Amino acid sequence: MPPDLAGLVTSARSGDKSAFDELVKATYADMYTLAFRLMGNEEDARDVVQDAYLRAYRGLKRFRGDARFTTWMYRITANCASTNLAKRSRHRHDELDDEAQPIDVQADHNPEQQAEFGFERDRVSRALEELPPRLRAVIVLRDIYDLPHGDIAEELGITEAAAKVRLHRARRKLRERLFPTRTDVSPEEEGESHAV
Amino acid sequence: MPSEHREQRRTARRLTCEEVAAALPGIVDGKAEADRRVQHHVASCLRCQAELVHYRKLLRALRQLRTDYLEPAPGVLSGILANLEEAGERGAIRSLLSGRRAAYIGGVAVATAAAGAAGTIVLVSRASARRRMPLAG
Repeated sequence: MPPDLAGLVTSARSGDKSAFDELVKATYADMYTLAFRLMGNEEDARDVVQDAYLRAYRGLKRFRGDARFTTWMYRITANCASTNLAKRSRHRHDELDDEAQPIDVQADHNPEQQAEFGFERDRVSRALEELPPRLRAVIVLRDIYDLPHGDIAEELGITEAAAKVRLHRARRKLRERLFPTRTDVSPEEEGESHAV
Repeated sequence: MPSEHREQRRTARRLTCEEVAAALPGIVDGKAEADRRVQHHVASCLRCQAELVHYRKLLRALRQLRTDYLEPAPGVLSGILANLEEAGERGAIRSLLSGRRAAYIGGVAVATAAAGAAGTIVLVSRASARRRMPLAG
């Protein structure tokens, strides 16, 4: 039977530390998965998720309870990931470049045929990992975790319009990657494939 | 009606597949209403219908990932709990220290008041003693 998160939140808010520990145990795999999808590696995901629970613990009194605990945690995790990525970008500017080109792994399979038999989840996950972090964050939060545009914008520190533009670009890039059409192939690539 | 004519002229220009393709990622989830010209174009263009199908499949696949949890390394949970424990201890020490500080300040205040009161009593008793001395002489 799944734990009663609302009851645990009530106990934790009244100072029951063990209730908060139970909340962590019930939700950490979910938050870790989100952190991993946003950060793209285990080490950063671990840091982000630790930081997120610490912030949640300190801010639990501010949690109004009108949203689900997990949704509140998604927002905190997204915010921690954004902070972490911003720190990282000060060291490695290329990480946040929207125009970064992913490596090509589409050559050996027929996307149309694969689509007929259903998506392979790991293909989608891999394609997500190859997106630039800025675009990945928005599409993960919107299309996987169903957060509203306004919440995403707030946690990532951008405008709602910017969040929508990034979502649009991220969807287009993923579509191009998973279902490439003739128009997605650049003339140079086309020339190369004819030459072979 | 002039406004109807304007509307007809506006809708009369047909969109290209490239223009429609650029609009599709924004409308695929059905949250934003598609422009009527985009709707008309997609209804009659197999290429754009195929593109829309691709976007829908992509969206479905992404939603499926929602219930796909990764297996965190064994140290992740213990790391989070240890971090919280440490934060809890730090908080307790802080509140203990601030409690002690309050007690110290309270003690100093009480001691000061007591000293003041004692001083007043001494002064009053000395004054009354001085008043009594001439009678004794």
